[in-house]
Amino acid sequence: MNDLSQQFIERVKSATAPLCIRGGGSKDWYGNAPRGEVLEVSAHRGIVAYEPSELVITARCGTLLTEIEAVLAEKGQCLPFEPPRFAAESTIGGVVAAGLSGPRRVSAGSLRDYLLGVKLLDGRGHELVFGGQVMKNVAGYDVARLMAGSLGTLGILLEVSLKVMPRPAATATLRFALSQAEALERLNRWAAQPLPIVASAWHEGMLTIELAGARAAVEAAQTKLGAGDTAPETFWDDLRDQRLPFFASETLWRLSVPPTTPPLDLPGEQLIEWRGGLRWLKTDLPAEAIRAAAAAVGGHATLWRAPPELKERVGAFAPLPAPLMTLHQNLKAAFDPRGIFNPGRLYPEL
Amino acid sequence: MSHSPSSADVPEVPVEARDALFHELAAILPPAALITHPEELKPYECDGLTAYRQLPWLVTLPETEEQVVAILKACHRHRVPVVARGAGTGLSGGATPVAGGVILSLAKFMHILAIDPQACTARVQPGVRNLAISEAAAAYGLYYAPDPSSQLACTIGGNVAENSGGVHCLKYGLTVHNILKLRIALIDGTVVEIGSNAFDSPGYDLLALLIGSEGMLAVVLEAWVKLTPKPQTARVVMASFDDLTQAGNAVADIIAAGIIPAGLEMMDMPATAAVEDFVHAGYDLSAAAILLAESDGTPEEVEEEIAAMQTVLEKAGARDLRVSQDEAERLLFWAGRKAAFPAVGRITPDYLCMDGTIPRKHLATVLTRIGELSARYGLRCANVFHAGDGNLHPLIMFDANVPGELERATEFGARILELSVDVGGTITGEHGVGIEKVGQMCVQFTPDELAAFHAVKAAFDPHGLLNPGKAVPTPRRCSEYRLTGTAR
Ligand SMILES: Cc1cc2nc3c(=O)[nH]c(=O)nc-3n(C[C@@H](O)[C@@H](O)[C@H](O)COP(=O)(O)OP(=O)(O)OC[C@H]3O[C@@H](n4cnc5c(N)ncnc54)[C@H](O)[C@@H]3O)c2cc1C
Ligand SMILES: Cc1cc2nc3c(=O)[nH]c(=O)nc-3n(C[C@H](O)[C@H](O)[C@H](O)COP(=O)(O)OP(=O)(O)OC[C@H]3O[C@@H](n4cnc5c(N)ncnc54)[C@H](O)[C@@H]3O)c2cc1C
Repeated sequence: MNDLSQQFIERVKSATAPLCIRGGGSKDWYGNAPRGEVLEVSAHRGIVAYEPSELVITARCGTLLTEIEAVLAEKGQCLPFEPPRFAAESTIGGVVAAGLSGPRRVSAGSLRDYLLGVKLLDGRGHELVFGGQVMKNVAGYDVARLMAGSLGTLGILLEVSLKVMPRPAATATLRFALSQAEALERLNRWAAQPLPIVASAWHEGMLTIELAGARAAVEAAQTKLGAGDTAPETFWDDLRDQRLPFFASETLWRLSVPPTTPPLDLPGEQLIEWRGGLRWLKTDLPAEAIRAAAAAVGGHATLWRAPPELKERVGAFAPLPAPLMTLHQNLKAAFDPRGIFNPGRLYPEL
Repeated sequence: MSHSPSSADVPEVPVEARDALFHELAAILPPAALITHPEELKPYECDGLTAYRQLPWLVTLPETEEQVVAILKACHRHRVPVVARGAGTGLSGGATPVAGGVILSLAKFMHILAIDPQACTARVQPGVRNLAISEAAAAYGLYYAPDPSSQLACTIGGNVAENSGGVHCLKYGLTVHNILKLRIALIDGTVVEIGSNAFDSPGYDLLALLIGSEGMLAVVLEAWVKLTPKPQTARVVMASFDDLTQAGNAVADIIAAGIIPAGLEMMDMPATAAVEDFVHAGYDLSAAAILLAESDGTPEEVEEEIAAMQTVLEKAGARDLRVSQDEAERLLFWAGRKAAFPAVGRITPDYLCMDGTIPRKHLATVLTRIGELSARYGLRCANVFHAGDGNLHPLIMFDANVPGELERATEFGARILELSVDVGGTITGEHGVGIEKVGQMCVQFTPDELAAFHAVKAAFDPHGLLNPGKAVPTPRRCSEYRLTGTAR
């Protein structure tokens, strides 16, 4: 176990220029371009507390995701939001700061739903604890969850506490040949029924779904839905870590839309997850058109991966309405008054 | 005896400003939407925490979003404090008026605007009652999962402000897990939407920040809530234990066995005694504690899970096990737990309902300590709680007409909350800080952390006009609390 808090406090207090917080560095491509002096946080590591019957794990930010998953698996538990194990270097601090969730997000909930508490180092060099290690806590504002997806712009996450869950007793993967429209229609119809569908992916005329839960429930659902074809064993891992050939693209858009949105008629190739709520798009369409198409259906488009010039020009994340941007700036100023943490990584204004 | 938020934390409003504000409001609101008569103000003087009362200066009952915006703008311009109010069932004094301030009642916003069964969502106004959402969604085989015991009366606006929980929250999450999007008005009247009908939205997670913010950051104008398919069936196991430690351990054993029950609730002996008289559910009155563990899902799933829980409970030393045989019996088993507060209300003139959360492993220790405190303060205390979440609800019984009892009850409550913090828990799991626990905030948080909360508040409401004096203590209050053990 390595506690480097003191070292970070000094570094932050004496900082005169922006710092670029870096965990495993596996996500340097995500968001807007990293800037500032690199502050490595991955050596601040170690599981601080884990008791399976409390359903909570607390770890320092540099703890490897793989280590956490291994420790949980020993007790039959998991992080239900399925953060990708993409790179061996991925740290739990980076996972929380990135705030992304995997294929089961629709049924299990997102990372923020499992974030119970954080220990944060703010821009003044103060160590602050928000939330905690218990399931329910409404003392003060929920600053812990605010950190999910904040991309290190509000402070250094020294320690995080996450709710964990038992691994499902049984799983099964089914595959059906369906058009995009049929697949979306069927997924949404199933959603209103008590079926243990935890993940879905549609690509090139094939809908793949995952069932998980009590053995009896999975078996009953299999019978009800018709067995379907089988998919490769590694399918869900390859999807979550973006190893499927579809993802091998220099430019990739991530459209987050209401799941009942009908097929989006956009040129290019799509892969659809989250019951229709997440549409990955490879296209030559201009950014403005993609963002407008997503906004028109009540969603938003993130430039997930792109050549630096394109990201620089259109920004990784969908622009915010002015009053919301003001709130963001006020919050940034509240936690990081000198603007030293990851400036511009989320938005140029932050 | 009555308390009100410390006047030092609430902005002083000059008389001229109030006169000017009144004339503006009279011009924009129909006469019936503006209450000033002391008699008519009376129902608004407190929420469910009746030990604290304060008459507001005036109450507004707007019916349209434009009216809400106009009220906020006017209050903002004249720097008059505003307290939003739902059904007033809050238990921490969150909706208690501030002296010289305006109550903004959302009671007229009681429409369910849309239900989308395909998307499993409903769009509702803030004054819609929690249970009304499930009733309306039932036609589609859906329901709204968070179910506070007050669900018949409390509003979704109040639920959002308090991040309310209920029996089903162990498995289905709290309010924060079931709200997709909010339409809110900031204190200057700006209306914005946060969250999304998609599964995420760009930027900071302001939705999480707003939920549980006790009406101090913004006013909720509309909420998009998640609906959940109604489970095909549900059954509950009722287990009695001779010993609190055994019961506490049984809770941990169920979780460790990989089971997340749809509800996992405990009542101690004084609580079962109070409710059995009230609902006649057939509770085991000689048990030190009884545990209710529910399973829901498909019939196959439920059967599997109930059998597994029975095995765990037997091994944990349960003296008696009963499994509900039909829906009527299931509801009967729950009736007592659901009616615990009113049941206790019948056997004592007054009670304080506390709300700490602790790591589950400390259940037995904390309950034993509460028993000792009960003897020390000479006040009875019944315990009902969301055992699966470690969320305690000690009900401290007292008589406000007996001099000194309210003070003793308050002190007893404060010690319970401090105990919760000592074992690694929190001073409030679901009822909020309000004015009740402002003092104990000084125990749970450092001055730097409290300063960060004030900064968050200022990011939304720079003049401190929305529900001032609640939830986050000033440094001055904390130094008082540290000196005297009370914040008032
Ligand atoms: C192709 C691909 C797909 C992926 N898909 C997903 C996905 O769907 N879901 C998902 O959850 N993850 C996804 N990931 C990323 C995941 O696997 C991680 O790498 C992890 O989320 C980031 O961890 P890291 O330690 O490498 O972070 P870094 O790359 O070091 O940092 C990521 C961000 O977090 C900030 N940060 C890091 N540590 C801290 C800290 N302690 N305090 C404050 N800020 C900090 C950094 O400044 C940076 O902004 C994907 C990665 C790839 C390459
Ligand atoms: C018998 C009983 C049982 C209870 N059981 C539970 C339980 O099991 N779980 C639980 O969590 N709670 C429980 N409560 C507490 C209470 O019902 C909840 O806190 C509820 O959410 C309050 O809703 P309300 O509409 O009555 O809000 P109010 O009491 O009117 O207000 C509560 C807070 O919300 C703010 N507010 C209200 N509406 C808005 C709005 N539109 N915008 C912004 N802020 C707003 C107010 O300013 C105040 O701070 C119980 C209460 C009682 C009396």
